[in-house]
Amino acid sequence: MIQDQPRRHNMIGGAIDRDKPITFKFDGEKYFGFEGDTLASALLANGVSTVGRSFKYHRRRGVFSIGSEEPNALCILREGARAEPNTRMTQVEIYPGLVAKSQNRWPSLDWDLLSVNSLVSPFLAAGFYYKTFMRPKGFWEKYEVLIRKAAGLGTASGEADPDRYEKAHRHVDVLIVGAGPAGLAAAKAAMQTGARVAILDEREAPGGWLRFDRELIDAAPSDVWLDEAVESLRASGNVLLLTRTTAFGYYDHNFVAAVERVQDHSAVPDPSKPRQRLWTFRAKRVILATGSIEQPLAFADNDLPGVMLAGAVRGYLNAYGVTPGRKTVLFTNNDSAYRTALDILMAGGAVEAIVDMRANPSSAMMRAVRDLGVPVYSDSIVTRARGGRALTACDVMPRNGDQMPGGRPVTVECDTLGVSGGWSPAVHLHSQTGAPLTWREADGVFVPTDAPHNCVSIGAATGMHDLSDCLNMGSAAGTQATVGATGRAAVSATPDVFSLREEQAMPIREIPLGPAVGLSGRGKRFVDLQNDVTVEDIKLAHQEGFVSVEHMKRYTTLGMATDQGKTSNLTALTIMARQRGVSPDKVGTTKFRPPYTPVAIGAIAGQERGAHYRPLRRTPMDAWHAARGAVFQNTALWRRPHYYPKTGETIDDASAREVLATRQTVGVCDVTTLGKIDIQGPDAALFLNRVYTNGFAKLPIGKARYGVMVREDGMVFDDGVTSRLGETQYLMTTTTGNAGPVLSKLEFYLQTVWPDLDVQVTSVTEQWACFSIAGPKSRDLLSGFVDLDISDAAFPFMAVAACTFAGVPARLFRISFSGERAYEVAVPSDYGEEAWSLVVAEAERLGGCAYGLEALGTMRIEKGHVAGTELNGQTTPSDLGLDGFLSSKKSFIGKAMLDRPAYQSTNRQKLVGLKPVDGKTPIKAGAQIVEDPYAPRPVPMLGHVTAVAYSPELQSPIALALVAGGLDRLGDTLHAAYPLLGETVLVEVVSPHFLDPEGERMHG
Amino acid sequence: MTHYSLWSILAGGLTGQKNWTRAWRDPAPKSEYDVIIIGGGGHGLATAHYLASLHGVTNVAVLEKGWLGGGNVGRNTTIVRSNYMLDANAHFYEHGLKLWEGLSDDLNYNVMFSQRAVINLAHSKPQLDGYARRGNAMLLNGIDAELVDREAIRQMAPYFDFSETARFPIYGGLMQRRGGTARHDAVAWGYARSASSRGVDLIQNCEVTGFKIENGCVRGVETNRGPIGAKKIGMAVAGHTSHVAAMAGLNRLPIESHKLQAMVSEGLKPLIDHVFTYGAGHFYISQSDKGGLVFGGDLDGYNSYAQRGNLPVVQDVASVGMALSPALGRLRLARHWAGVMDMSMDGSPIIGKTPINGLYLNAGWCYGGFKATPASGWCFAHTIAQDRPHALNERFTLDRFNTGAVIDERGAGPIPGAH
Repeated sequence: MIQDQPRRHNMIGGAIDRDKPITFKFDGEKYFGFEGDTLASALLANGVSTVGRSFKYHRRRGVFSIGSEEPNALCILREGARAEPNTRMTQVEIYPGLVAKSQNRWPSLDWDLLSVNSLVSPFLAAGFYYKTFMRPKGFWEKYEVLIRKAAGLGTASGEADPDRYEKAHRHVDVLIVGAGPAGLAAAKAAMQTGARVAILDEREAPGGWLRFDRELIDAAPSDVWLDEAVESLRASGNVLLLTRTTAFGYYDHNFVAAVERVQDHSAVPDPSKPRQRLWTFRAKRVILATGSIEQPLAFADNDLPGVMLAGAVRGYLNAYGVTPGRKTVLFTNNDSAYRTALDILMAGGAVEAIVDMRANPSSAMMRAVRDLGVPVYSDSIVTRARGGRALTACDVMPRNGDQMPGGRPVTVECDTLGVSGGWSPAVHLHSQTGAPLTWREADGVFVPTDAPHNCVSIGAATGMHDLSDCLNMGSAAGTQATVGATGRAAVSATPDVFSLREEQAMPIREIPLGPAVGLSGRGKRFVDLQNDVTVEDIKLAHQEGFVSVEHMKRYTTLGMATDQGKTSNLTALTIMARQRGVSPDKVGTTKFRPPYTPVAIGAIAGQERGAHYRPLRRTPMDAWHAARGAVFQNTALWRRPHYYPKTGETIDDASAREVLATRQTVGVCDVTTLGKIDIQGPDAALFLNRVYTNGFAKLPIGKARYGVMVREDGMVFDDGVTSRLGETQYLMTTTTGNAGPVLSKLEFYLQTVWPDLDVQVTSVTEQWACFSIAGPKSRDLLSGFVDLDISDAAFPFMAVAACTFAGVPARLFRISFSGERAYEVAVPSDYGEEAWSLVVAEAERLGGCAYGLEALGTMRIEKGHVAGTELNGQTTPSDLGLDGFLSSKKSFIGKAMLDRPAYQSTNRQKLVGLKPVDGKTPIKAGAQIVEDPYAPRPVPMLGHVTAVAYSPELQSPIALALVAGGLDRLGDTLHAAYPLLGETVLVEVVSPHFLDPEGERMHG
Repeated sequence: MTHYSLWSILAGGLTGQKNWTRAWRDPAPKSEYDVIIIGGGGHGLATAHYLASLHGVTNVAVLEKGWLGGGNVGRNTTIVRSNYMLDANAHFYEHGLKLWEGLSDDLNYNVMFSQRAVINLAHSKPQLDGYARRGNAMLLNGIDAELVDREAIRQMAPYFDFSETARFPIYGGLMQRRGGTARHDAVAWGYARSASSRGVDLIQNCEVTGFKIENGCVRGVETNRGPIGAKKIGMAVAGHTSHVAAMAGLNRLPIESHKLQAMVSEGLKPLIDHVFTYGAGHFYISQSDKGGLVFGGDLDGYNSYAQRGNLPVVQDVASVGMALSPALGRLRLARHWAGVMDMSMDGSPIIGKTPINGLYLNAGWCYGGFKATPASGWCFAHTIAQDRPHALNERFTLDRFNTGAVIDERGAGPIPGAH
């Protein structure tokens, strides 16, 4: 296998298992790698230099980094429904059969037609699209089609995600983000006290940069310390150590969200496991050991494949045994690149040169490298990278301040150029708390400061470089956090470390530009590699006045790519600062927004998808309805029978049959979904009297009353029947849709406005199965089931009583929505289906039937009872003909607002009935009421149709409507206009009480 | 100032971009202006543009405490539409939509107004009936509207869940073809550039710290850059209206500050070609020209001035997104944020005079601020220049909450967080 991999070292590489070769495909080509490889390391080992194309100019790009900050190496991972665009190859662990595809190129990675953009790039400077595409007028959408196709990155599959996601929650004393040396030291210290600790790391194994660097701890390779630390944490019962887990959001009150990639390292998730898991932590203390991110340097053509971060070169070598190049040049403004040089030399590789921007680098590390014979060009710069398909050489010149030096460059042949512009602390989570950053001039980075009291950053995340310092700081922070969180103290030993001390960087990352910029698109100095933002773009933004950091970002799109500027923001800020002649802390940073790295939407949704999104509510009789072939309709989250069709029946046929059966004999309807709120307490009567517009204080025990609630602004909120079950107990019913909002409102008033009232409210909607029995034969039906005298004398209209129903404890109410003699029975939910089936059987024996929502709606429209479409939040009680329910003897919520002039206007839209003038044309719900639908626009609108039905008894379509002037228009002929379908119906305004206006049937 | 055109782009390419001048001037504040606009967001800048271009009022300063366009014009979901039911809203937003249709030309700045259609999805017949009420009203008001059925929506968005198991199956929808999206920052910048070129002083990093009011008339403002006098002052600081208005003694405005969340996915090749709103959850989706899917979510549910949101709403957006299109599962959320909303007591804005002479208020935009930008600036400029509202904004008064003539499109009532 090794022989197939031109760039694989045959000894080094602790992260891979050479006994486990893996085959995978990239862009259709077959390659080998080893277990433990990332897609990036495996492709590098195979000598693949171009792995992607850039966003705007479609330039060739290679692997640039070794972590989640990767701007270049994005692919579409997997195929079909599992295809995942924009996946960072640096984070993909390879598995047998892996298939990946490059993206944003056509027709192929090697031959990409849109690379023509690179040739015309002089015309495509930052923000060019704001200045053109305006002619011919209104033509933008035509340009846009082409622009959209050229833009974007990966392609979504468009297929439903087949995988499963789940969520987990933990309360912990100490949450540590990052399991590098500092984080592990903190975890070890915290663990020893028995504190509940969670430690997360985004990589596949703990260790952070210990896995990529060669260090000695306690005189042994750092792996020994690392293994011991991890083992002790894993053995501890009170530590949760999660790898492949990225903490992406730091929210209010120490609430941290993280995503664990549970099964992304296999082709298909193990059926017993989710693909990913969303963790949320509520932590007493948070320790941010998030490390730091190496920054690039901006010189001409710094995007050629082969130009990489110097730390990444080292990491690929040490962890994966990958030697990205045979001839390496390092270009740096700090000491860390010398580590790379030493490691390459120790592995037997060649370092052609080190180009150091600093005038007099003098560290031991530098001397060690020089003593090994590597030419060190100090006070020098790489002015450009050379090469066509990949890097072949670079130009080195002495540094001349900010100016391009004169003279001829030394051209050094190389196939890898490791660059290091210093290490920028990963302050993202710190900043998400709203805490500030401080500019550190010495090495040109922002460091975290003034964290909230329950949060601290440690290690490289504070800008610290030295390993022993990081371990010390980690131990101390672990102890301190534990004391803070639990009050228990811990003592932790800190190991001795052999580490080469690094000298600081110089705070400059922009390299002067030579004269060689032509129309070829060559010579660009890239700052944001993914979005193709160059030094010149940032300067253009400055030239045009986009000097605020947010303006610069938005105008150039810098930092708006999938990496959110992890390797570009800092350089851009310093360039803008120099342009403006101010310190970078005056320029400031853009806001750090969650997530730290992009998170799969499926993981954030978790289990709440498909049927589990707003789970369906079913009544206890649901199975019966389904068995009887009911057609269902959704009402709020419930499903309710819409109608029960017999063979061959349409909805109109079925509904008419159900209405007639009810009006002529008896019908039963499942009304379980109505909200039921149990209200108890000595002040319950007083409370209800304030909540309802009509009086409830004197409602006798054993009686029900219809009540109207208005909002604070006087608009009708809800209506329903409330019964007094005892001296201090009431049962309120609400509309189905408002069950939750009404309960919330009652709670709101009891908790915040009238805390002095001694009242408890609780929802009992799901405790009772309810059905109404309506029609002239309803009493006959009922009498066979209840142990109660239900004669009109003993149980008149609006009576309420406890009883048994078919031997089951029940509540009986004599109330009616249909306008017929009617009763409502409530039995405990567990008895619902049986009681219901008994009742329906008896109803059918009497010539009746079960009826659904359509028949229910028809009957309420025939009676002119208001429901959801009239209780639309825009109607006053008076608009709905409910003036009679407005008590003048007491106050109630919203009363004061009812007197406002606009509510008294005679032109308000009020409830009326409508009939088609021709007696047969159906009226449509949603039609607008106008005098002349053919008048020029805008046509004055008088109101609209709220509810429609066909009345089998009247043998006519009927409707309810809200119309300006209301019943003053009785007898007027108007249009119910439905211009969406080009229709209008001539209608007559009639009373909304189409049937039995005196209510004789109901009272019996 | 460089005129923008294809030719200027070519010239830029050939001169190494040397031809571009500042998009707007960076003047020091003068001691006195005819009109001061507080707030350099979309509405303030639009007001300045229309004051200068339509009313000949050019001695104007726009005072911005941070950077131009740094408020909600820079952190919204970029949707433009006029699909309103109530007359006052319908006429106002339709006037705005007509301004949008000519905006790039008016400003010589490509605001990328893309009339890609806005579709409100309905999940049941009763819900579609409710939308039809609005659609019929739109047509009768002279605004375009169409009903679309399930099949038509499937053609437009095959990736939505049309399976039998969808929790809230797509039943149909109401479409406004002329609705769409625009590039939000470009709107602020285009107005800024135009206003500046007509003589308006745009003053950034200039925070108003107090008002000078004499005998019930405004005389000027105090700022961190010194006092500035003015005969007329317009406030366009949605998100912080209560705070700024209190400095002028307007202490009890019918507004609460809430934060509204929005989020964007990683860049993708074209997937969603229109703007869709979901009918069974607070959610809307479109795709930016750059490729990110842009999601709108709900309010966090508590009063706040923080421009950042918490996780529950993000989770809700993700789950609604999955309900609408299970193909979103493997796509990634790249960024989420929040904007501070002026939530009014009826869900509609306030544009008009205040009890203080010469002080004008533009506030209470709830979710509607971005699409309203041109109409708001147009009406506010008229109101300031003429000292009386235009017919288009005469109903958006502060006083309507006293009279009860509220403009409550959704019927959600005096609960600002519910609109």
